Amino acid sequence: MKKKLFQSTVLFSLAFLLSGCDLALFDSSGVTGKEIGDTILLTMGLMLIVVIPTILMSIWIPYKYHASKSDESYDPEWEHSSKIEFFAWGVPVVIIVILATITYFTSYSLDPRKEIVSDKKPLTVQVVAMDWKWLFLFPEEKIAVVNEVAFPVDTPVEFLVTSQSTMNSFFIPKLGGQIYAMAGMENRMNIMATEIGEYRGISANYSGFGFAGMRFKAKVTSDEGFAEWVEGVKASGQVLTDAEYDRLIEKTRDHKVEYFSSIDPLQFKNIIESFIGAQNGSN
Amino acid sequence: MVQTDLIKDPHVLTGKLHWGVIPFHDPVVAPVMFAAILGGLALLALITYKGWWGYLWKEWFTSVDHKKIGIMYCIVALVMLVRGFSDAILMRTHQALATSDAFGEGYLPPEHYDQIFTAHGVIMIFFVATPLMVGIMNVIMPLQIGARDVAYPFLNSLSFYLFLVGALLVNISLFVGEFAATGWLAYTPLSGIEYSPGVGVDYWIWALQISGIGTTLTAVNFVATILKMRAPGMTMMKMPVFTWTTFCANVIALVIFPILTVAIAQLTLDRYLDFNFFTNDDGGNQMMWVNLIWAWGHPEVYFLVLPAFGMISEVTATFSRKRLFGYVSLIWATIAIMLLSFLVWLHHFFTMGSGASVNAFFGIMTMIIGIPTGVKLYNWIFTMYKGRVELTASMWWVIAMLITFTVGGMTGVMLSIPANDFVLHNSMFVPAHFHNVIIGGAVYGYFAGFTYWFPKATGVKLNETLGKWSVALWFFGYFFAWIPLYYTGFDGMTRRLQYVDNPDWQLPMYIALIGVAMIAAGIGTQVINIAWSIYKRNDPQYKDVTGDPWDAHTLEWYTTSPPQFYNFGDVPYIKDRDPLLNMKQEGIAYKRPEKYSRIHMPKNTWAGPVLGLLTLPMGFGFVWHIWWMVIASVAAIFACWVKLNFERDKDYYVEVPEVERIEDEFLKSNEGRSFYFEKHAKYYKKWKPTDQNDSSVVAK
Repeated sequence: MKKKLFQSTVLFSLAFLLSGCDLALFDSSGVTGKEIGDTILLTMGLMLIVVIPTILMSIWIPYKYHASKSDESYDPEWEHSSKIEFFAWGVPVVIIVILATITYFTSYSLDPRKEIVSDKKPLTVQVVAMDWKWLFLFPEEKIAVVNEVAFPVDTPVEFLVTSQSTMNSFFIPKLGGQIYAMAGMENRMNIMATEIGEYRGISANYSGFGFAGMRFKAKVTSDEGFAEWVEGVKASGQVLTDAEYDRLIEKTRDHKVEYFSSIDPLQFKNIIESFIGAQNGSN
Repeated sequence: MVQTDLIKDPHVLTGKLHWGVIPFHDPVVAPVMFAAILGGLALLALITYKGWWGYLWKEWFTSVDHKKIGIMYCIVALVMLVRGFSDAILMRTHQALATSDAFGEGYLPPEHYDQIFTAHGVIMIFFVATPLMVGIMNVIMPLQIGARDVAYPFLNSLSFYLFLVGALLVNISLFVGEFAATGWLAYTPLSGIEYSPGVGVDYWIWALQISGIGTTLTAVNFVATILKMRAPGMTMMKMPVFTWTTFCANVIALVIFPILTVAIAQLTLDRYLDFNFFTNDDGGNQMMWVNLIWAWGHPEVYFLVLPAFGMISEVTATFSRKRLFGYVSLIWATIAIMLLSFLVWLHHFFTMGSGASVNAFFGIMTMIIGIPTGVKLYNWIFTMYKGRVELTASMWWVIAMLITFTVGGMTGVMLSIPANDFVLHNSMFVPAHFHNVIIGGAVYGYFAGFTYWFPKATGVKLNETLGKWSVALWFFGYFFAWIPLYYTGFDGMTRRLQYVDNPDWQLPMYIALIGVAMIAAGIGTQVINIAWSIYKRNDPQYKDVTGDPWDAHTLEWYTTSPPQFYNFGDVPYIKDRDPLLNMKQEGIAYKRPEKYSRIHMPKNTWAGPVLGLLTLPMGFGFVWHIWWMVIASVAAIFACWVKLNFERDKDYYVEVPEVERIEDEFLKSNEGRSFYFEKHAKYYKKWKPTDQNDSSVVAK
């Protein structure tokens, strides 16, 4: 309750900035996203406690001790005060100790690689950053989609992320978290959406001329909606053959959404291994 | 702009060059190119017509005088500021027009826009902030410690020309070929030959490699100067704060610039000889590049900001008419920042996937830097406390800095928390933050120092009213330009977008555009101010005859403005942290010493400009694969270097009569001055007026 009250105070004081609080990062529809949004506001509020007085002091003191005032306060040889030095070091130390504690715990609890606990079975989605589009592979459903991804609400989703070319960052701002997509490597990110809707998905790391158009739709659906969506993809009848994959490797900008009804289950592994060679002992 | 018609097999004479690489048909670049060529020709014609070449060559280009080299650094920095800021205007207008579909997709294709944000970053960091700071350090630091020049005067000249070649290569890339379109740190594998086959990245490589070596040499020079050439009596803990911050900044540079040199050399091998340091396949590791470039890149920003902190300290103490509060604290805070700066680089890529424990460590190390930085802010504020604060233009910069930098520090700590960074990383929040600290911390500090020391370097005071206008325009312009972008960052807008499809962000983009216009007016005011003040240089209101226009406390004011080529007729014995105030109080400032000695000085040399500028054809040859040009330049550099090493006539002495003549004239201009402390003697409790003839006071 106290925490809530404090956060709402901070929110209120930042009302001018947040203008109705419909900003993507503070109005998250993902479980980690919500907590991250709160952490941002909390840490900002904590710092404002010292930042606002510091700013006021840097205006008030030159005003108070302006040369035009000829009171007796002038002390040109005054250069040290243990009391002030204690606070000059002490105040930042205290605030940083508090923030460091928050940092330590949130680094673990909000790490996007941490699996999200839920009674529901997690959904795995493999993500490949390409020039300049996103390819999503659903290994269990055996479908693939370009520039669109769907998953059911209140279900943990594990994204396995790699790249076919340059470094990108896989990011759905409204749902929280981002992770780099790098060729020959597999990164992981866990998300659980709490609201049905359609969200912007982007690349957050500049990757070349088509970067601005490297966007996808993230559709959060009901369980039935997800099944329907999968059926819709399967109905496309297009198979992600090697030839089709080579076509996707070609550089394209503002790529349209494409559905593939069938994929090689080892596709994702093969993409990674095409850069680093076959790995022993992998699945 | 973009070279679709790459030459696969370079010609033996012209390499990859051909007419197609010159952007005659580009509606944005071609007019600029013709204007630049005409302007350049007009300038050359004017110099020839007036017969200034000999003067420029003898007095400026070949000079090893740290003050002249410093001024040349500042001039190039200010020219490049205009160039880099033009990029900023292009970006902001383009993005304002390219947000939503109100006006289509702006007016710059990605091939051009992406080069602009890359060039803007490279220019502002390497060719504006760095040289402006190195320029001010060059002019002021040797004066503050009572040295006659830097430790290695020829090296200083060479450093300047290596830096100049870097700046020239960036400007040449605008008209011949293209610049990198990779972002200013050229992340691999995008900057590798596979994804960036054009010459843009090669320009980036050679511009940074050559100017980076110049910066390393400068660091060697300044560290040696500060350690070995201080005036007698000036112990480390009596050094002015600006000299301390210069020292710490150059220690940082000494450690980090070799990392940049090696990393760029590895990228060069990747691009030119098919090595695989950073490629996707064959065992290359792109994460290694990101680590190396930030192991250089993060300390680099402390390299930029520490001297600004020093400038703020000097200006605040002088115009508060007080001793600096908490000197010892400030020095230890500076040293702490220097050491911590090496331990934070990973916070630039929490999202790479290192894991929670690594991220937590680097996040906490980063926010710990907030402690010494906060201490500094409090020390400046308490320097004004109990002072008599004179709100000159340089003090306006200080107050603008205190406010802006505090906000930037706050957003920096927000970013340093890995959890926050997972949603803020690479969003508009990040450029908003680092402009907040680089403009609000470093650049405002430089401008405070620039305004404060301009009369020392030139003998002319800047106009106060115009100066205050430019502070106000920059200050409000900054917040107009960047608060909207903090806002869009919170809304999930990522950086480096060539077009934006979210109509909600249109209004913030327009507001940002107003801010940019205000900053442009601020820069314009500064240029007018400099021109006007120099035009009025003989007006008593502008002319600095005493060499000490602010009645300051440190040694650089104990000589003429501009200083004589030998700096000081007589280097005093230093007994106090505020040596000049101490001398004024003891009545020995601006008094003729018992005798002058002859002064040992370095001679000007052709070698700096010739050796330095020969790296220009070398770099250009590498960029365009014109191997004969590379070989010829390297051979010429070697030949000049050999010749230089056989030269013996490198120094001379200024004889006593000449010193006496110059110094007597200077001391005359200071006769009968009454100092600030004399008018306020009753406030000085520790200091008691002494008899000027008391020999115990002047004894060394």
